[in-house]
Amino acid sequence: MTAPHQPSRTQLERIAYRRKRAIRSTLIAAFSTAVVGLLLYLGVTGSPGWARVKSSFLDWDIAVKALTGRDNYPSILSGLWLNIRLMVICTACALALGLLIAILRTLRGPVTFPVRALATTYTYSFRGLPLIIVIYLFAFGIPGLRLQGTPSVTVLGAAAIVVTYGAYLAEVFRAGIESVHPSQVAAARSLGLSYRRTMRHVVLPQAIRRVTPPLLNDTVALQKDVGLISLAGPIDAIRAAQINQAGTANFTPYVVAGVLFVLLALPLIGVTDWVTLRAARRQNAGN
Amino acid sequence: MLLSCTDVRKTFGANVVLDNLSLDVAEHEVVALIGASGSGKSTLLRCVNLLTEIDDGVVRLDGEDITDPRVDPDLVRQKIGLVFQSYNLFPHMTVLDNITLAPVRVHKRPVAEARSQAMEWLSRVGLADKSGSYPDRLSGGQQQRVAIVRALVNSPRLLLLDEVTSALDPELVGEVLTMIRELKGEGMTMVLATHEMGFARQVADRVAFLDKGRVLEQGPPSQVLGDPAEARTRQFLARIIEAGRL
Repeated sequence: MTAPHQPSRTQLERIAYRRKRAIRSTLIAAFSTAVVGLLLYLGVTGSPGWARVKSSFLDWDIAVKALTGRDNYPSILSGLWLNIRLMVICTACALALGLLIAILRTLRGPVTFPVRALATTYTYSFRGLPLIIVIYLFAFGIPGLRLQGTPSVTVLGAAAIVVTYGAYLAEVFRAGIESVHPSQVAAARSLGLSYRRTMRHVVLPQAIRRVTPPLLNDTVALQKDVGLISLAGPIDAIRAAQINQAGTANFTPYVVAGVLFVLLALPLIGVTDWVTLRAARRQNAGN
Repeated sequence: MLLSCTDVRKTFGANVVLDNLSLDVAEHEVVALIGASGSGKSTLLRCVNLLTEIDDGVVRLDGEDITDPRVDPDLVRQKIGLVFQSYNLFPHMTVLDNITLAPVRVHKRPVAEARSQAMEWLSRVGLADKSGSYPDRLSGGQQQRVAIVRALVNSPRLLLLDEVTSALDPELVGEVLTMIRELKGEGMTMVLATHEMGFARQVADRVAFLDKGRVLEQGPPSQVLGDPAEARTRQFLARIIEAGRL
């Protein structure tokens, strides 16, 4: 039995020095945070228009009423239920569309050229087109055609969001697919796997794992942009807030809707950070 | 002849990698390809496995022209195993899943049967306890042995080995070479590109020296490695001896 290791005098000195530095850093951080916070508070509340802004943006009574709905005004909370449903459905559809387009773009061979060309044109144009314009085109343009069985404005608005975000997600998926080393494809093909099986069992599982953090990040962006559907007319949280604001001449309902959107995004942002951290740790673990 | 390459030509741009190369391999024969980097060893193996399309010539497997564009390459590859220098195991799958992927998905064998066969192979090569591990938890030698098993469970007619020990630490080379020696004992037909001259001498029935995309000289190991007829072969071997690899 060997005796447990006793740290040398030098090492003990180092530990003591590091501890002293750590305490000093914490104290400085606490002090500077307090100073910045105080200055911000004084700057905002001390401004000449603060009383006015406070009453028109942060009115507690109006906030409660807008949230729950009253006097025939729509409630923000019930509008939010529409947003939540749209978020779930649009996210799922946009991910599926993005993956499909990314796979189409990786196809080879002359037969698939038109498919490839279409997929490329799609990702190029819809990444450039502002979402607001797509929503207007879908929600007001398509019903204008007066075709039989045109879906509701809400469905058309959701389709606009799916089509726009599908283009971004397709590029993220494609980056993932291209990041898988060609030797992986060679290994799979050498075992007799067809191109389709190679994609399904070897390339896509690795690709999707690699791009999960950016995919989730785009999903967070999609969640909040679902609120833009209010431009097409359906009464979601933002539309409800706008109607409340128009009736009370007070902007507090918008603040309420904004806070609710942040709260909705927090879980997914948390998941994104956790997944990113885990991926980074796994990478650093090395071979 | 099990494998017969006739006047195979492959160019990458202006670079002629295989210059009307011809090589025959009989059933149960082990042929070692030696030669400098860029002499065409790896390219030849990739061409035989149809991972690289040849520019001219014919490759026959069991008399069938596999370089005919009407032949389904997936069916040909099911009869030829290929082991890579850098193992190329699938990092997102366990050792067992790596091995059973092709038997289950390509050969449509029942999962339980494929798994028990894979476990048999793994215990043979002393890796049964690693069946649930992911490849990045294994040493290079262990990964390469798994890669060889992955190729073998498809019962290939021909096994191609592309410098399978080049990426390994010297003390791990032995475990892989032992496995290849055992395969030879069982009558597996193999073509192996190698830098291990000592091993080529032990295990190969025939050594082929490739130079500038041609088979410059071939014959029994004792002759090609011991008493080469060509000046280029002597030059190559002298450099290998100088580097302490023979």
